[in-house]
Amino acid sequence: MKELKRIQNPYNEAKVIDACSVFGMMDQSGKCFSGEGVIRAIANMHDRGNGLGGGFAIYGLYPDLADYFAFHIMYLSVQAKKQTEDYLNKKFAIIQCEEVPTQPTTTINDPPLVWRYFTSCNKPPVKEFIEEEYVISCVMEINTGIDGAFVFSSGKDMAVFKGVGYPEEIAEFFNLKQYMGYLWTAHGRFPTNTPGWWGGAHPFCLLDWTVVHNGELSSYGINRRYLEQFGYKCTMQTDTEVVAYAIDLLIRKHKLPIEIAAKILAPPLWSEIERHPKRERELLKALRQVYGSLLLNGPFTVIIAHHGEMIGLTDRIRLRPLTVGTKNDVLYLSSEESAIRLICPNLDSAWIPMGGEPIIGRLTERQPSSPTAEGVGSSAN
Amino acid sequence: MKTYLPPKFIVERDTERCIQCQACVSQCSFDVHSYDSEEDDVISQGDNCVGCHRCAVFCPSGAITIKRNPLQYNENYNWQPEVIEDIKKQAETGGVLLVGMGNDKQYRIYWDHLVLNASQVTNPSIDPLREPMELTTYLGCKPDKLDIGPDSKLQTELPPQIKLEVPIIFAAMSYGAISLNVQKSLARAATEMGTLWNTGEGGLHPTLYKYGPNTIVQVASGRFGVHAEYLDAARAVEIKIGQGAKPGIGGHLPGEKVSDEVSVTRMIPNGTDALSPAPQHDIYSIEDLSQLIYALKEATNYSKPISVKIAAVHNSAAIASGMVRAGADIIVLDGLRGATGAAPKIIRDNVGIPIEMALASADNRLRQEGIRNRASIVVSGGIRNSGDVVKAIALGADAVYIGAAALVALGCTVCQQCHTGKCSWGICTSDLRLSKRINPDIGASRLANLLRGWSLEIKDILGGMGINALESLRGNRLQLRGIDLTDTELQTLGVRMAGS
Repeated sequence: MKELKRIQNPYNEAKVIDACSVFGMMDQSGKCFSGEGVIRAIANMHDRGNGLGGGFAIYGLYPDLADYFAFHIMYLSVQAKKQTEDYLNKKFAIIQCEEVPTQPTTTINDPPLVWRYFTSCNKPPVKEFIEEEYVISCVMEINTGIDGAFVFSSGKDMAVFKGVGYPEEIAEFFNLKQYMGYLWTAHGRFPTNTPGWWGGAHPFCLLDWTVVHNGELSSYGINRRYLEQFGYKCTMQTDTEVVAYAIDLLIRKHKLPIEIAAKILAPPLWSEIERHPKRERELLKALRQVYGSLLLNGPFTVIIAHHGEMIGLTDRIRLRPLTVGTKNDVLYLSSEESAIRLICPNLDSAWIPMGGEPIIGRLTERQPSSPTAEGVGSSAN
Repeated sequence: MKTYLPPKFIVERDTERCIQCQACVSQCSFDVHSYDSEEDDVISQGDNCVGCHRCAVFCPSGAITIKRNPLQYNENYNWQPEVIEDIKKQAETGGVLLVGMGNDKQYRIYWDHLVLNASQVTNPSIDPLREPMELTTYLGCKPDKLDIGPDSKLQTELPPQIKLEVPIIFAAMSYGAISLNVQKSLARAATEMGTLWNTGEGGLHPTLYKYGPNTIVQVASGRFGVHAEYLDAARAVEIKIGQGAKPGIGGHLPGEKVSDEVSVTRMIPNGTDALSPAPQHDIYSIEDLSQLIYALKEATNYSKPISVKIAAVHNSAAIASGMVRAGADIIVLDGLRGATGAAPKIIRDNVGIPIEMALASADNRLRQEGIRNRASIVVSGGIRNSGDVVKAIALGADAVYIGAAALVALGCTVCQQCHTGKCSWGICTSDLRLSKRINPDIGASRLANLLRGWSLEIKDILGGMGINALESLRGNRLQLRGIDLTDTELQTLGVRMAGS
C-alpha cells in the first residue's frame, strides 16, 4: 500500500503546517461566470503564498454531464493511469473521458498527467447501497492503493484544479479562464515544511465538498483521534483534511445543518452560552459536551463549499483574516478586502465577520437565468 | 523485646534560641519532646521522631532542626537500610508492616519524562490575561451523536452531566481516615471552586449534607453509611472496586478510631472495627458490576452519573472497556502512586502500574472500540502539580483526582504515619485534640488557593499552546513529547520522541 503520508510529509512531521490566501465567489442566483475575476483576485494575494501550491474549485462546471461523478485524477506515470483506469472500469461505467486540457507555461515544471472521467456507479449486489460511501471508498482505494495516482476531485458537476505553483500559474496552466461556474473557491499555499506535491495543494475534495483553508489547528491531535473513531483515516496529515472529514461526519453522516456544524467547529464561549435563552442554551451546551473534540482550536479561516452552498468561517477568536463582500447576488469571501475590491470596486457592502460566525451563501429559489447553467443546483442539498 | 531499630531522625535543639515555651511538647504527637520541670528544661528524644516537622514549624524561636540520621551501614545496594529495618520490625512484631501515603519507591515517574508544546510563528500563543481561557469540563456519558429537529430544537436527551469549573477533584478520603474538619475543608473548597470532593467509604456526616451538590459519595465493599438520603444528597455516586495504594486489598479502620461521630456516620457500633472486604461480595464478575451500577441508577432515578473506581493494574484497559459497557458514566483509574490512610507496605510498594501507562492504554482502548464518549476518565495517584494535570489531560483524561496534594496544602509533610492515627498536623486522625488543629475556614481557603493557583498555571500553559478551551487539549497527545523513553514506552503512551 502506498503511504500518502510519505509523499505528503517526507520529514514525518506530526502534521503538515501551512498558511495561505483563500478566496471564494458565488453567484447566489446560480448564474455562471468565468474564472477571470477569481484568478485576478487570488493573484492579488500573491505574497500570502510561496509558490508551493495553488488551486481552484468550480461548481456548475459540467452542466451537460451533471448526473455523473466527475473524477479528476492526476498521474505520475502511464502505468498508474492504466492501473487506475482498470480499477475505474471495474467499479464504474465510464461515460466519457479525456485528458484535462493544459497549456505550457514557463513556471510550471514537470507537471503530472491530469485526466477527467465522467462515471456512474456499478452497483454491487448489496442490500443498502449508499452511492456516496461507494465513491468515497473508491477514491480512498485509488489514493492509498495505486502508486502515482491521486484523485483531485470526485463530485458531480464540479471539479478541482490544483498543483504546485502560484494559483495564477495553476490557472494559466489549466487555462481556467475558459470555464464557467456559479461558485468558485481559490487558494494560494505557503507550506512551511513540505517540498510541495500536487496532491497536497488545496482545495481538498471529498464528493462535491471542497475545503480551502488557512490555518494551523492546535487541536489537530484530538480532532484527528476523534475522527479516527468514526473510521476516517487521516492519510495526508493536514489540518485541511481534518476539516473536510469533520464536515463530512457532521453534515452528511450526522445530518446536522451547516449552521449547527459551524457552532461545533467554532463554538461560543461557555460564558456566552450562559447568556442565551434556555432552548438555545441547552442546544449549544449539548453541542460542546458531545462534540467538544471537534472544536477547531487555533487560528483558521476556511471556505467550505458544496453544490448550492458556500460557507466562510474563522476560529472563534478570529486569529486568521476573513472579509465578506456582497454585490447584488454575488457573495465574496476573501483573506484580504483588497482582493475583492480589485474585481468589484463598488460593493454593496463589505465587512469582517465576528470570530466563529459562519457566513453562508446559498442558491436562491429562483431559476438560474443563464441557459448554460442548466442543471446547476440539481444536486444542491 | 528490645528493639534493634535505630532512630530515623536526629532532633537538634539550639539551647541559645530555645525559650522553654514547650510549644514543641504540646505539638508533637509522637512524644519526642518533654519538659523537665525540676531542671526547667525541654528535652528532645529523637527515637520517636517521624520527621513531620510540626515542632520545627511551630517553634517560635526557630530553635529546632530535624535531620535524617545518616545511619552509615556498610554500603550495600541490595541490603539498603530500609530493607534491614523492615526485617527487624517484622522480627520484633511478627506482623504485616503497615504504612500510610503512596508508593515512595524509585519507579519511573512518566510525567517527568513528558514535555509540553508551545506555539511559535506558525500560530499565535494566546495571552490568558487578555483573552478568555476555558477550563469548564463536563463529566458523564455523552451520546455518539445529537439529533437536531427542523427548528433547531435539540431532540437528543443527554444523560446526567456534572459541570466542573476546574478539572481537578478532591479524591476519596473517608471520615475516620481523615478528620471531620479536613472533610469540611474539602467540601467548602470544592463548593467555592465549582468542583467536587469525595466522601470515601465512610459515609457522609450530617453536617456535610449541605455540600451535597459538590459531593461524590462512595459505595464500597463495606457499604458503610450507604442509605437512601446519602445517595440522594450526592452529585454522583462512585462504586469503589479498588485503590492504587492497595489493589486487591480491603480496608480496616481499627475500633479505637470508631468514635461516636464516626459510628453514627458509618452506621456501625461504637468502638467496633470497620472492616471493608477485599472484593465487593456482590461483584464477582463484570455482569455483577453492571447490576450494581443499574441498582444505583434505579435508586437515584437516573439523575446522577455513576462512577466506578479501580486500581490501575496490568489489564486495566480491558477492564475499563468492560466497565463502560457495564454502564459506568465515569471511570476512575488510580495508579501505582495512589495514597492511602493505611496499607500493607509490601502491597503499596509492589502492586499496580503507573497511572500514565494505565491512562494512555485505557483511553486508546476505548477509542479503538468507539466508546470513549460513553464515559469520562478521571485519573488519580501521585498528581503533584498543574503540569501533571495538563499532561494527564493531554494523554486522554477528562479530569484528575488529587488526594495527597490536597493534604499537603493543609500541612501534611508526607511523613507516612497516617496509619498510626497520630497525625500531628491533625489531618489523618480521629483524635479530637489533634483534629482541632485543622480550622475548616483556613483549610478551605488553603485548598481553594491551591486550585486557583493551578488553574492560572493551566491557563498559561494552554495559552502558550494556542489553545483556549480545555477540550482541545483532551487526548491531544501531539502536544506532548517524550524524553529519555524507550520505543515501547513511547508507543504505549502514544507520544512522539522530543525532536521528532
